[in-house]
Amino acid sequence: MKDENLFNALIELADDHSILCHRLGEWCGHAPILEEDLALTNMALDLIGTARNLYTYAAEIEGRGRSEDDLAYLRNERQFRNLLMVERPNGDFAHTMLRQLFFAAFMEPYWQAALESRDETLRGIAGKAVKEMGYHIRHAGEWVIRLGDGTEESAQRMQAAMEALHIYVDELFHSSPAAEAAALAGLLPERGALRTAWLENITPILAEARLELPEAPNPQIGGRAGLHGEDLGHILCEMQYLQRSHPGATW
Amino acid sequence: MYSQGLIGADGRTEESEAFLEAFQKRIDAEEKIEPKDAMPEGYRRTLIRQIGQHAHSEIVGMLPEGNWITRAPSLKRKAALLAKVQDEGGHGLYLYAAAETLGVSREQMTEELHSGKAKYSSIFNYPTLSWADIGAIGWLVDGAAIMNQIPLCRCSFGPYARAMIRICKEESFHQRQGYEIMLTLCRGTPEQKEMAQDALNRFWWPALMMFGPHDKDSAHSEQSMKWKIKRFSNDQLRQKFIDATVPQAEYLGLTVPDPDLRWDPELNDGKGGYRHGEIDWDEFWRVVKGDGVMNRDRIAARRKAWEEGAWVREAALAHAAKREGRRAAAE
Repeated sequence: MKDENLFNALIELADDHSILCHRLGEWCGHAPILEEDLALTNMALDLIGTARNLYTYAAEIEGRGRSEDDLAYLRNERQFRNLLMVERPNGDFAHTMLRQLFFAAFMEPYWQAALESRDETLRGIAGKAVKEMGYHIRHAGEWVIRLGDGTEESAQRMQAAMEALHIYVDELFHSSPAAEAAALAGLLPERGALRTAWLENITPILAEARLELPEAPNPQIGGRAGLHGEDLGHILCEMQYLQRSHPGATW
Repeated sequence: MYSQGLIGADGRTEESEAFLEAFQKRIDAEEKIEPKDAMPEGYRRTLIRQIGQHAHSEIVGMLPEGNWITRAPSLKRKAALLAKVQDEGGHGLYLYAAAETLGVSREQMTEELHSGKAKYSSIFNYPTLSWADIGAIGWLVDGAAIMNQIPLCRCSFGPYARAMIRICKEESFHQRQGYEIMLTLCRGTPEQKEMAQDALNRFWWPALMMFGPHDKDSAHSEQSMKWKIKRFSNDQLRQKFIDATVPQAEYLGLTVPDPDLRWDPELNDGKGGYRHGEIDWDEFWRVVKGDGVMNRDRIAARRKAWEEGAWVREAALAHAAKREGRRAAAE
């Protein structure tokens, strides 16, 4: 393999995007209004586009002839490296939007920084993704504001979403040894350095939404080591079933 | 995707002879009728019903295909299916907007769908049981929809005709995409080909039913034809569909599940065409009236999304009002 650290770091990122896409896809046809059916699908499409770019590049770096689908469909729970946040069940619309905001508010500065990568392919992937994350922040952020400062019920639901999800925020800023090495090599951004940028994205939105980000003295961390909650296995059962039940078939 | 011959159109109208004649003259001159133009009540009612059924079909149609988004077998197929289902939602949105120009609200139409008063294409009351069903729906259901919808691009009502132009372009893409799924399966493993044949077996007859009852049993078609809402009869469109689709099935190496299907050189004014076997109209009416496998689940899913989304819609309105209040107070 050309660069095992870069391969592993790309898999982490690709898994984040693929699993979050999967969750958003579950909403399709079931959203609170038709416009959101379209918007959630749009965001899911952005995420799968980035996931495909990342898996394809990871496969190329690996150089063993695996495809994007081999990487997405033929690895097990313990081999998945996504953040715990993205595998969380959708919950209600408040949960989904807050999770989307948390994720996009991190990925936007991440891709922004990746525009300076030494790697041309990564600069290309970042160039497309950074714009998408910008509008994901706007879209999810506007909903967080509407719901946080809407009715009593919506404010309570938004508050509940915050309590449920804030414990997964810290993991955004953690780097695996592979990601650390890729950052040192100037290939991918240093995740820990993006906390300020994330807060700058989040703070005005939360203020308008009348929400506070609680302290999380015991954050949930483990996805990068393949230590997931129980939900991921069920996602993979569904996602991988055709590939697993028809080995080697072309779709 | 849509559609079927309009279910239960009511073209009765009570305007004066002179008014109706003048209106008919405009129609015959191929003028487009626009929302603010005077129109017979029967014309308005027929269009509201038809565009509403069409819009509901797009929205309910998201469910059987959405059923496979999380199980799509590759990243490429997943992306394409997400985009397709999104397109259907987009079609629903334009169509609701087109119907709104006739003085009915989206909320009203939604309530009628949920109460069972408004119909949608009965094809969506069949379940999607395998991945091949996603191929079969694209190929057959979108294929049938295109046959119905291309003539609607020339419908006399302007907003509907214009919406249909864009919708047809997208449907035609979906049809090719569906056929390509079928082709991949038919060139794949024996199990994949079997899956494709099974999907064709289950969707062929319901796809033929999408064109609606035979002309002799189609109560309200004549007035719709006269008003140029409809340009071809149910049987004419069904024939076109069969003639186009049978060779496609042959190319796939699949068997159309109709033992009576045969080429008849006399059909289509001597150009030849396929004669088909008896359509099971009892099944059609049973499904239209609510007793298909999925009717109850489809409406329950739509209702659930609507009811569970009520607090979101209320919050959006409340927030907009608060914002407006603050802006006014600041001035």
